[in-house]
Amino acid sequence: MTQLPPPSAKKLGLVIDLDTCVGCHACVISCKGWNTENYGAPLSDQDPYGAAPSGTFLNRVHSYEVQPDQGAAQLIHFPKSCLHCEDAPCVTVCPTGASYKRAEDGIVLVNESDCIGCGLCAWACPYGAREMDAKEGVMKKCTLCVDRIYNENLPEEDREPACVRTCPSGARHFGDLGDPDSDVSQLVAERGGFDLMPEQGTKPVNKYLPPRPKDQEPEIDILAPYLEPVAEDGKGFAHWLDKALSSLPGGAQ
Amino acid sequence: MTHHQPDLDTSPKVSDEVRKTTCYMCACRCGINVHMKDGKVAYIEGNKDHPVNKGVLCAKGSAGIMQHNAPSRLRAPLKRVGERGSGEFEEISWEEALTLATDWLAPIREKHPEKLAFFTGRDQSQSFTSFWAQGFGTPNYAAHGGFCSVNMAAAGIYTMGGAFWEFGQPDWDHTKLFMLFGVAEDHDSNPIKMGIGKLKERGARMIGVNPIRTGYNAVADDWIGITPGTDGLFILALVHCLMKAGRVDLDYLARFTNASVLVNEDPKSEQFGLFLRDSDGEPQVIDRRTGQLAPWNGQGVEPDLAATYRAKGISHRPVFHLMADRYLSDDYAPEAVADRCGIPAQRIRAIAADLARVAFDEAIELDREWTDFRGIKHDKMVGRPVSFHAMRGISAHSNGFQTCRALHTLQIILGSVETPGGMRFKPPYPKPATAHPKPHCKVTPGQALDGPHLGYVQGPEDLCLNDEGDPIRIDKAYSWENPMSAHGLMHMVISNAHAGDPYKIDTLFMYMANMSWNSSMNVGGVHNMLTDKDENGDYVIPRIIYSDAYSSEMVAYADLILPDTTYLERHDCISILDRPICEADGIADAIRWPVVEPDRDVRGFQSVLCDLGARLGLPGFVTDDGSQKYEDYADYITNHIRRPGIGPLAGWRLGENATLQGGRGDANGGQLESYIKNGGFWLAHVPENAAYYKPFSMDYQNWAVEMGCYDVPQPYIFQLYVEPLRKFQAAAEGIGTRQPPERLRGQIKATMDPLPIWYAPFEDGHVDPVEYPIHALTQRPMAMYHSWGTQNAWLRQIHGHNPLYVPTKIWETNNFQEGDWACVTSTHGSITVPVAHQASLNENTIWTWNAIGKRKGAWALDKDAPEATKGFLLNHLIHELLPPKGDGLRWANSDPITGQAAWFDLRVKIEKAAAPEESQPVSPPIKSPVGQGPDELDWKVGE
Amino acid sequence: MHPAPSVIIFTTFSGLGFGLLFWLGVGALVPTGLSAFIWFAIAYIFAVGGLLASTFHLGHPERAVKAFSQWKTSWLSREGICAVATLIIMALYGAGLVFAGARIGIFGWLGAAGAIATVFTTSMIYAQLKTVPRWKHWTTPALFLVLSLGGGALLGGQVIEALILLLIASSLQFYAWVTGDTRLAQSGTDMASATGLGHIGKVRAFEPPHTGTNYLMREFIHVVGRKHAQQLRIIGLGLAFALPLLFLLLPFNHIFAALAVLSHVAGVLTLRWLFFAEAEHVVGLYYGKR
Ligand SMILES: Nc1nc2c(c(=O)[nH]1)N[C@H]1C(S)=C(S)[C@@H](COP(=O)(O)OP(=O)(O)OC[C@H]3O[C@@H](n4cnc5c(=O)[nH]c(N)nc54)[C@H](O)[C@@H]3O)O[C@H]1N2
Ligand SMILES: Nc1nc2c(c(=O)[nH]1)N[C@H]1C(S)=C(S)[C@@H](COP(=O)(O)OP(=O)(O)OC[C@H]3O[C@@H](n4cnc5c(=O)[nH]c(N)nc54)[C@H](O)[C@@H]3O)O[C@H]1N2
Ligand code: SF4
Ligand code: SF4
Ligand code: SF4
Ligand code: SF4
Ligand code: SF4
Ligand SMILES: [Mo]
Repeated sequence: MTQLPPPSAKKLGLVIDLDTCVGCHACVISCKGWNTENYGAPLSDQDPYGAAPSGTFLNRVHSYEVQPDQGAAQLIHFPKSCLHCEDAPCVTVCPTGASYKRAEDGIVLVNESDCIGCGLCAWACPYGAREMDAKEGVMKKCTLCVDRIYNENLPEEDREPACVRTCPSGARHFGDLGDPDSDVSQLVAERGGFDLMPEQGTKPVNKYLPPRPKDQEPEIDILAPYLEPVAEDGKGFAHWLDKALSSLPGGAQ
Repeated sequence: MTHHQPDLDTSPKVSDEVRKTTCYMCACRCGINVHMKDGKVAYIEGNKDHPVNKGVLCAKGSAGIMQHNAPSRLRAPLKRVGERGSGEFEEISWEEALTLATDWLAPIREKHPEKLAFFTGRDQSQSFTSFWAQGFGTPNYAAHGGFCSVNMAAAGIYTMGGAFWEFGQPDWDHTKLFMLFGVAEDHDSNPIKMGIGKLKERGARMIGVNPIRTGYNAVADDWIGITPGTDGLFILALVHCLMKAGRVDLDYLARFTNASVLVNEDPKSEQFGLFLRDSDGEPQVIDRRTGQLAPWNGQGVEPDLAATYRAKGISHRPVFHLMADRYLSDDYAPEAVADRCGIPAQRIRAIAADLARVAFDEAIELDREWTDFRGIKHDKMVGRPVSFHAMRGISAHSNGFQTCRALHTLQIILGSVETPGGMRFKPPYPKPATAHPKPHCKVTPGQALDGPHLGYVQGPEDLCLNDEGDPIRIDKAYSWENPMSAHGLMHMVISNAHAGDPYKIDTLFMYMANMSWNSSMNVGGVHNMLTDKDENGDYVIPRIIYSDAYSSEMVAYADLILPDTTYLERHDCISILDRPICEADGIADAIRWPVVEPDRDVRGFQSVLCDLGARLGLPGFVTDDGSQKYEDYADYITNHIRRPGIGPLAGWRLGENATLQGGRGDANGGQLESYIKNGGFWLAHVPENAAYYKPFSMDYQNWAVEMGCYDVPQPYIFQLYVEPLRKFQAAAEGIGTRQPPERLRGQIKATMDPLPIWYAPFEDGHVDPVEYPIHALTQRPMAMYHSWGTQNAWLRQIHGHNPLYVPTKIWETNNFQEGDWACVTSTHGSITVPVAHQASLNENTIWTWNAIGKRKGAWALDKDAPEATKGFLLNHLIHELLPPKGDGLRWANSDPITGQAAWFDLRVKIEKAAAPEESQPVSPPIKSPVGQGPDELDWKVGE
Repeated sequence: MHPAPSVIIFTTFSGLGFGLLFWLGVGALVPTGLSAFIWFAIAYIFAVGGLLASTFHLGHPERAVKAFSQWKTSWLSREGICAVATLIIMALYGAGLVFAGARIGIFGWLGAAGAIATVFTTSMIYAQLKTVPRWKHWTTPALFLVLSLGGGALLGGQVIEALILLLIASSLQFYAWVTGDTRLAQSGTDMASATGLGHIGKVRAFEPPHTGTNYLMREFIHVVGRKHAQQLRIIGLGLAFALPLLFLLLPFNHIFAALAVLSHVAGVLTLRWLFFAEAEHVVGLYYGKR
């Protein structure tokens, strides 16, 4: 099972828009909530009310500050979960076959009842997308909400990942990145979606949309002043006002 | 093929049942689907049909399950047995608790109802709690608005009959340029995020004005890292540029604002600065059709912005002239304000040009006919697709009221309020100040108050002053110190009660406000006030009753605790009489209902008030035979009638022939059931032709009356010039019988200008800006709600402590390194806290996340919790009074008009400090009445 | 990487154990009877003990048998198979020596090859990881092998072989450090590629996703102070190679030999600690840490 299946035509994944993510952590918590109740063991928390609380999360939001050569520094919120790589090193290293990539849609999963908790798959993942649950001793990772997206007990409109459903700003998109005509593929094409750490050769399915250029005044006619005064003094303004008003409807003149 | 994969059930059962109710972790009040398994709460997600959140949910909302299961939850009523502040309590029965409360309160009501101060924090049932307080007869009631954002609310209501958040929102579907001032999270937080998402999807532009570039401001296309407290100046410079270039919507200004109303121009006249009115009291304009005077609302009148009027030797000029006089002045030129605002003049000009370009050159039109209140038909709706939104960043300053007014003025001169692409009101707004009640404060022992406590004053005659001219209210709301304090001043209650100024009280009764911690200024001082004893050894504030659901810092300071349920265990109503959940396209209200029963001896606070109200015999809470009128809050919600046909909920009311209808109607015993069936809310859509121009549109006005927003249509025009402000100013100039005390005349004259002005934040004048050169701010973390959620096991992992963020210049000057600590000092105190570097920050500003710091012993947390050892509150540095100046008097650290707490005026200095063991100052630990939370959590219900 | 005692003990002792088994297998020493029993016992205690130690860090050691299934792709699986096969073959070989006093050559040679394969597969668990550029290099298996064989030789009293192998190991180690120190920087993976934000400007981590710690940070982010690392490197080299070499060069003496082994083991433990502690996992970049 540890062998990767032949590349599937359907490549389900997420597209995350770094231009839109406001860093609210809503996706982090809805993921925690859904996956605590569903797929496999609950995501446990150690010392939850103590001095060093620490728990299992499948999706975490970082933030980075980027200083351009010119102009103000920018801040970018950066959610990250499993990227469901096509060449998933986490799968091939797994000694038990617990880690596998689904042949039909490319989702990378851990079969918890086979997992010995050796941690090697987490070592092999460049993205920090796998976390060992300290209570259960098994590897946890984003399931792409495989128990939602096909779930016939959910209304059709809810068959999407919990994090996508909850994201208030709509920064997360879910779809088939194997289909060039899908909404997500189009979005990636339009906005120049990119891979994280492409040099690692993992071929992530998830894509990130770059922040749009910031702090750029729209192009204005440099020859004209920003706003031409109607008059240089108050009197002139009053005169202008009279004239301007007469061109409006309802005038007596 | 050697690839095998296990069989996976991709359609597991999700839950046994979904119960739809309303979230409570902030004022946004999103709809939630609570998934139940085995009768327990299993998972919470957003309700897709809900008008507010349309399915999305924030981190706090999703973590509601941890909120509900929190080990910090109180278990039973508590009676204090140790010293106040120690946290030593014994659990008592409800009967004992309610008897005690009745024994304390009944005698007060008989003799001095004002000796009860009832203040209710971030109460979402204010129309009910105020009704209770009114029945009790005390004038001393308010909720948290005074320390929150009353500047924004009051400036909006006085200027245009509504503000942002529950009052209004940008037209997210049409706007092309959106400017956001001073917002980290907002009351309308999910809709803002959804709105930003919509802008991004359409590629519309967003400008963030904020000293700090995080969150919304981080995704803004342009960031203006303004110097705190100077937004008014920046906005008025934009107004200057736009007016100077004539890039204002003259037609809109003439028709729909009081820019055309005539003002008395004679300094010698008693009426100086007031409107010219006809015998009916209606403000006058010149009708362009006739060149003659006409009432502003006369049928067919075309008000003139230019024409002046002279009668009996007194000249009257339209407001627009006064605006031109003021804002065309070079005092407001970008070059004159650039340094103070920290924004280059060129950039201000560029933004003004953008606003003008988008508003006028990229105007949009909707093919919808509508008729205005003058009977004039308009065949289309012209949109100015620029929109604005603002919150506490401009509101929580001592110049906040005028700054908010300036912003509203900017939107209005662009013609973008209530036009497509601009800012839109949410029913029951728009509602002008004159359509709101005035404040009431007449106390009669043993009787109800003469009317609702809070409202909108129209002049000195409406102030809450006694015959000596002293404040009637304990918080001094509606006094000369802050005449337009529309939400009261919760932040002054403890310090005034302690000082006995204006008088001593007997019982402080509070609900849902952590007043000994993150919602107080001068935290240590407040601890002393709450525990201070007089010469007889009695507490200076004799009795404190408090309702909380959790073991918060405030619990330790009460004598009697009435433990509340969680939001999933009680009835609640988010009423149109209060702060509803409406959207620009619809009127809506909602309920909460017990989706689970409490597993402990706690009761919904509102139901407790129904009981207590009956025990005290309060009017409205007993039937004619003296028995309890409302069995519980659900009963009240269903059966209370406020005005004929109007009750707490507008949905599914009983019409004639027992039909169910929205808006008006009789009480319907099955109303709550209907709500539950509909997902917990009721929604009626605004008709298309009434969707814009609401204040002026007869189509809207008539619909609003039908819905019960008000009883008669009340169209109005925007008040660029706020006459009531002028009345206070005139009083300060010596006009009229009600006169301010001498010491306040100067302040009132200077600040209560009827046209928006800017003045420096008060702290700048009381504190040496050279010694304290740095501005210190807080921001709300999106994933945490004040103290409310900080003990939440999931969220506290995200925000377990809060560094102080320092900009590059200060970082380098002080040679800070990662892991360093700094001592931050204001004139009031100092704190020693961990620092971190942020480059995307105004160079003279430092900041931290609000209310992450916790006190040891609170919230069922370990005493070494990072919240207590590394986390901290900035509040230690902020005092409710400013340091004395020449006159030796201490001025409130509040806006002089509304009394809004000026949290963000704070100035400090900073220096590197040796790392202490814990953040300083350390408050002594309190004893936890609920023990400590478990060591491990793997919450999963069901199999 | 977190220098977990279980993996340090595992790699160190199983390396020594399989090293010794190698020398036994090739017949460099051919003890019989009780002496054979003792030699094999030592080798097995080291090899099996190390392997057992490695199961301590498993979340579900009771499922360990599942780990043999994925030999087609997983080095960990391969290692398990090699280890068990080697131990079985060498048990047969050892039984011959202990009970029959006979050396069954084929088992010996097979076992020796198995021991090498085991150590090699162990090393490949680390060397395969592109995520840890310091490890992803031929020096990792080379060093594991040379150390294992050298240590085994030392343990087995093969003085000349030990001398040569330890000398090679020390220079290999030195070379691994020198080249390893820059390998992350040369790997092409940095904060810019991790975030894809490099085209805007210089990327710096601002706020981590949680104020507390988490599994990833505990497991992958372990920053050793530079000075501290230098000292440990010197200590490691001294204990693992210099001292044992010195003892070996002195006239043979059982106490010296024992000291040489002890010193070597302590040295290898130090080197292994450094092997993990100094290894930078690229995930640290997301946290702005190495
Ligand atoms: N997650 C979460 N949501 C909440 C709350 C919460 O605690 N947590 N609280 C709720 C409550 S009670 C409220 S009142 C709202 C408040 O919602 P916001 O008003 O968004 O709250 P603050 O975090 O106080 O944000 C103040 C913002 O103003 C900026 N600011 C400060 N001074 C200035 C200035 O002079 N000029 C400008 N332009 N900006 C300035 C600060 O940098 C900060 O970004 O949020 C509500 N929603
Ligand atoms: N430095 C600084 N200080 C500030 C601000 C700032 O920007 N900077 N912002 C100010 C503002 S805008 C506000 S609104 C205040 C907020 O401050 P507070 O109004 O004090 O808000 P919280 O601390 O969130 O919560 C109040 C209490 O409500 C309790 N509670 C939670 N749920 C329930 C319930 O269901 N029932 C009952 N009975 N109680 C419950 C909580 O346990 C807590 O003790 O803080 C103010 N303080
Ligand atoms: S929910 Fe959406 S906006 Fe919020 S952090 Fe996640 S991706 Fe970003
Ligand atoms: S992101 Fe990591 S865990 Fe997910 S498939 Fe890629 S390598 Fe595996
Ligand atoms: S931790 Fe589990 S899933 Fe990961 S490699 Fe080990 S056995 Fe496979
Ligand atoms: S797809 Fe599901 S499992 Fe993956 S991050 Fe989103 S919510 Fe979590
Ligand atoms: S914004 Fe969040 S906390 Fe506030 S009501 Fe909505 S879901 Fe609840
Ligand atoms: Mo607030």
